[in-house]
Amino acid sequence: MEKKNIKGWLYLLPAALFIGAFLVYPLIDVIIYSFEEGYNSASQTFFGYGFYNFGYVLRDRYFLSALKNTFILVIITVPVSTGLALFISVLLSSIKKLRELFQTIYFLPYVTNTLAVGLVFMILFNKTPYSDGLVNVLVKALGGTAIDFINGPYWAKMLVNCVYTIWIVLPFKILLLTSALASVKQDYYKAAQVDGTGCFRIFYKITLPMISPTIFYLVITGFIGAFKAYSDQVALFGVNLNAAGMNTIVGYVYDMLYGDSGGYPSYASAAALILFAIVLTITVINLLVSSKHVFYD
Amino acid sequence: MSKNYDYEKIEKNARLKDRIRNGAVYSVLIFWALVVLFPFYWMVLTSFKSYSSYNSEYVPKFYAANPTLQNYIDAFTAVPLAKYVLNTVIFTVCTTALMLLVIILAAFAFARLDFPGKNAVFTFFLALMMIPGELVIITNFVTITDLGLRNTFTGLILPSVVSVFYIYLLKENFSQIPDELYKAAKVDGTSDFRYLYRVVLPICQPTLVTVTILKVIECWNSYVWPRLITDDPAYFLVSNGIQEIRENGFGRENIPAMMAAVVVISVPLILLFLLNRKKIMSGVSRGGLKG
Repeated sequence: MEKKNIKGWLYLLPAALFIGAFLVYPLIDVIIYSFEEGYNSASQTFFGYGFYNFGYVLRDRYFLSALKNTFILVIITVPVSTGLALFISVLLSSIKKLRELFQTIYFLPYVTNTLAVGLVFMILFNKTPYSDGLVNVLVKALGGTAIDFINGPYWAKMLVNCVYTIWIVLPFKILLLTSALASVKQDYYKAAQVDGTGCFRIFYKITLPMISPTIFYLVITGFIGAFKAYSDQVALFGVNLNAAGMNTIVGYVYDMLYGDSGGYPSYASAAALILFAIVLTITVINLLVSSKHVFYD
Repeated sequence: MSKNYDYEKIEKNARLKDRIRNGAVYSVLIFWALVVLFPFYWMVLTSFKSYSSYNSEYVPKFYAANPTLQNYIDAFTAVPLAKYVLNTVIFTVCTTALMLLVIILAAFAFARLDFPGKNAVFTFFLALMMIPGELVIITNFVTITDLGLRNTFTGLILPSVVSVFYIYLLKENFSQIPDELYKAAKVDGTSDFRYLYRVVLPICQPTLVTVTILKVIECWNSYVWPRLITDDPAYFLVSNGIQEIRENGFGRENIPAMMAAVVVISVPLILLFLLNRKKIMSGVSRGGLKG
């Protein structure tokens, strides 16, 4: 028996070491960091413990602007991407021919490097002295005036930001929704057809409740993912997101940690914990709301 | 007779309605396919335009009048793109191999072996899945910096290895193997390790392949950790390489050469996806956590 005990732990040892060193210890340490006041990364000394770091972060105008950007991004992209994914998935489920081809194409953005494709989006929207860029050609053709989407007004930058984010998160949502739609029992639809139910009513009364757990899962993961936005913004606006006015909460954390404005792990930790608290709160609210509206069979 | 005629008319109407509806559905789907594909088309197209012709097009053209490979030559000579790709391959292979070793052993321990505290440890592991990476990256950054491992592959790889979720996924898969096989192996005097190697791994190969591919995609696209831990271009991965090229490569705004670099780093993953389409899509719908 003794030998068996040791053996189990031996198999687990590598994983336990990695998890201990790079997941559990950092988790404890980040909480300690966030309460260490006046931490100096050069001498590794600090004055004492307290809530000063949280206060500093919450008053920092860069953090507040990051908070605002992230919230706008979340509020726009989560509903739009989920709705759009649902619409496309329903259409996709109603056809037979070419379905696999469409599914493959729609999934492509998932496997691409966001920094690389973000650069393509930047070029499509960018306005340079040489060229207005392709999107502006379209804008002008529709009777508008050329706008600099990458270095121009705030709302234009936010628009590109949202468009790219939606483009990049849709594959995952479409994939999950099409498989959810495929798993709805055909008997329900046949019964409804016999009763002569209209197609909107079928969708509202049968399809939607049946796939509501998936929708709910996508809303939660969508919120979490959008709150953690960072790489997509770097891809569009470059590394210095503060200068572009497009920073996100995660971007703020990394800026505090490293780079030109870095060297403040305490502020970074406080900001990361604030982000974690926000995400946790939103998830709990989602869970409470869903318990009334999600149908599990 | 006139009644028959009516039926025909109704049927005809219904068929017409169906066709209109189908047409509308396919138009929307094709439109969206174009929206998805267009950036890919544009990057390939731009990568074949020469620097001068690209900059002379005030209104961008949808075709390359004089396609050139010069941008691809520039991408490999003017910036160390080959080095970035090689670094990423080393990083991806080492991280994925180490991860497989670690998670296979752990999943096997959870699925098959008995030892005190097993359930408690497993529950603890599950709880860890909720911890966002952004939270632990701060300390990991400090740890790796203090160990003097900045700008090394060790520093890049070690914190990227662990993945609690894949341990869970594999454990579920390993647990599905019938007990009889294990007992039979034990009667034959097979050791646990040999049983794992000879029986469990072959049976669970599909899941292992899925996990491997998902990890490869994750490694190939990783940006944040490499950015924090490397500032020496000799250790840049492709994501950081692209960002570096964008900020200071190729002299002034050589967009076609940038697009050539983008094509070079995008193609491997797109090929991997097209070759393993079914596996990746079912793997992501089971375990992908992005969106």
